[in-house]
Amino acid sequence: MAIDPVTLMAALIVASTPILLAAIGELVVEKAGVLNLGVEGMMIIGAVSGFAIAVQTGSPTLGFLAAAVGGALLALIFGVLTQFFLSNQVATGLALTLFGLGLSSLIGESISGATPPPVARLNIPGLSEMPVLGPILFSHTAMVYFSVALVIAVWAVLKFTHVGLVLRAVGENHDAAHALGYKVIRIRLMAILFGGACAGLGGAFFSMVRVPQWTEGMTAGAGWIALALVVFGSWKPGRVMLGAYLFGGITALQLRLQAAGIAIPVELLAMSPYLITIIVLVIMSSGKSRAALNAPAALGKVFHATG
Amino acid sequence: MSDTALLSINSLTKAYPGVVANDSVAFKIQPGEVHALLGENGAGKSTLVKMIYGLVRPDSGSMDFMGAPYAPTEPRAARSTGVAMVFQHFSLFEALNVAENIALGMENPPKPRDLAARITEVSEAYGLPLDPDRLVGDLSAGERQRVEIIRCLLQDPKLLIMDEPTSVLTPQEVEILFHTLRKLSAEGTAILYISHKLEEIRTLCDEATVLRLGKVVGTCDPKTTSAAEMAELMVGKSLATPARTDASHGEVIFKVSGLSVEPANPFGTPLRHIGIELRAGEVLGIGGVAGNGQDELLAALSGETPTAPGAVTLMKEPIGHTGPNERRQMGILCGPEERLGHAAAPDMSLVENALLTARHRKSLDRNGFLDWKATRKYAEDVIETYDVRTPGPDNAARSLSGGNLQKFVIGREIMQDPKVLVVNQPTWGVDASAAADIRQAILNLAQQGAGVIVISQDLDELLEVADNFTALNEGRLSNTRPTNGLTMETIGLMLGGAHDMHDAAEAAHV
Repeated sequence: MAIDPVTLMAALIVASTPILLAAIGELVVEKAGVLNLGVEGMMIIGAVSGFAIAVQTGSPTLGFLAAAVGGALLALIFGVLTQFFLSNQVATGLALTLFGLGLSSLIGESISGATPPPVARLNIPGLSEMPVLGPILFSHTAMVYFSVALVIAVWAVLKFTHVGLVLRAVGENHDAAHALGYKVIRIRLMAILFGGACAGLGGAFFSMVRVPQWTEGMTAGAGWIALALVVFGSWKPGRVMLGAYLFGGITALQLRLQAAGIAIPVELLAMSPYLITIIVLVIMSSGKSRAALNAPAALGKVFHATG
Repeated sequence: MSDTALLSINSLTKAYPGVVANDSVAFKIQPGEVHALLGENGAGKSTLVKMIYGLVRPDSGSMDFMGAPYAPTEPRAARSTGVAMVFQHFSLFEALNVAENIALGMENPPKPRDLAARITEVSEAYGLPLDPDRLVGDLSAGERQRVEIIRCLLQDPKLLIMDEPTSVLTPQEVEILFHTLRKLSAEGTAILYISHKLEEIRTLCDEATVLRLGKVVGTCDPKTTSAAEMAELMVGKSLATPARTDASHGEVIFKVSGLSVEPANPFGTPLRHIGIELRAGEVLGIGGVAGNGQDELLAALSGETPTAPGAVTLMKEPIGHTGPNERRQMGILCGPEERLGHAAAPDMSLVENALLTARHRKSLDRNGFLDWKATRKYAEDVIETYDVRTPGPDNAARSLSGGNLQKFVIGREIMQDPKVLVVNQPTWGVDASAAADIRQAILNLAQQGAGVIVISQDLDELLEVADNFTALNEGRLSNTRPTNGLTMETIGLMLGGAHDMHDAAEAAHV
């Protein structure tokens, strides 16, 4: 009946990591002024390609690498279509999700039921055996620590480096950036590829660590949550991380509440993260002052260089 | 002589599909010279400047910079050679601060702290105060321009290109700018000054090159050439000044009182206690620098932003709560500033665009069905009456040049016989002859007894057409004064928001 807070915290971190990875990638993409709604598609492609390669080679590291490459390749399709052929970003992103879901089912057909090689967990003698802190902080897979490091890196690059400044400038006003001589399309393409790789890693975290096996459509909307998180976090890496852990926490708690037999309908619990996403989005967008101001001004707009 | 010139341009040619933007353009700029580049819109000034700044590659021809061949492939190359450019618009990032904006325009930006120190240093040296930590979105147009100028100055340019720098400045800000430019020129920096404001060029520049339809049609010394002569060179014909024979006013037909509106977007300007009285036959000019609430005011007058019913009245009838279509039916018509996307739907044809605002007043529908025949006839009438240059009424609005589309948009409203016409920036980006036509049309409308409100940043235009003048500053209107006898100095004070002080001083004097 009782819920163990220590395992809850550990589960929270595991549940949050995939959406955190995808969201931080999408944050970079949107900061560059591109709206890629294909996160779900890139995640599931990452999940299947990571899983397939890990099963084939027996190496989780190669699996994660393959997931990043798979996600980035799918993102490349989006990048070429939107940046060179100037297709509509929303429609292309949605199509990318549908394409990713379909393609992953096709690829995954032959490997469903296989067992991936176990991903090593951190084991620091002393620290990992500590009560409470040990299981919560020091006994996760390397990917969990990588995701946190990535958030910090993205934050630092955007805030302190010239590269980050140029990226933000491109997302803010692509015409001005172009007039100053920055390669808008090249910068955006790099951001799109980065976003795809991150989403791929997030997807692979599902199929290789969290579940771990391959089932069709296993990302189950995590990509959409990641997209919502970017808005929820008002395009700030720290807040996106906070949001990811919040939603991961609700997912983990919801499972435990069901297991504990609390008399709340299962459906209601299962939909709670999505409901909260909607509520938060409504609250964010109703106050049009500060939160809206941080949105990249050129988000989703087509850039056409006119010389 | 070519070895002493800073930049010599030798028969540069650049063609775009259907138009030769620059045809064998050649001239020289000497070190420390303020060189004017004059021309109508579409004369090829922008293309020429973009080639010098490395944004566009010429089809043929060459340039020499300080005696060495110069062919920049990108702005970065131009900047490292010593060419800097202050853009007319779209080169600043509103959500970034001043220091970040400046860093983006530099080759090797120093550390943020050093940069902030240098910004302060240079801005003080040239009398252009600027706080490096402020968001550009919160700055006035004049301050934004300072950001651009300082961005250029930090790189010690040998040639500074300025594209229409005064179009958004108050007369006082123009004075400050000219002071800075003269100082730079005295220090040996050459300035290529692009404008179509002839009086400015006469006070500032040493040499002028005039472009027309992509060709150099003449050079002159602006200090000794009259504005009228330069205008003739630019346009290729002499221009008639718009005039009206009868300027009597009737009753107050349109009244705005105590109008306050919150802006729709975070960088907008709130309107505060706006009061306007417009008489039949009157042209009221509302001056002001961009971003002081012009768009918000037009939206409130057109009905896009509904207000309290009593805040806007037509013939003493409260109409503040009504929407644009109802107001059109009542005879209040508007021509907003943004032609593509606000005044006209860019991808729709002129016929369709004619229908969009003229449906009611011209009865272009029957029982809910559109009467395309009558609509086409109306569009053709507008095209003919206002000399809109287009192959036909089925062309998309987007395909027309700015001046022609503006003639169409204004003509479409005027031919609906409005009681009140409100236009925002009616001749912005329109060449001189089309601008003269539009101004004449506005005067003719007033002569027929309609009230006209002209919102504009072009003070010369307002002095030319308006009977009464008022200034919009941070969402507030100054007192209305007759245009006759207004000096530029008074206008400058009104625009700067010092009108109350001025009135108080006058009152004290009396």
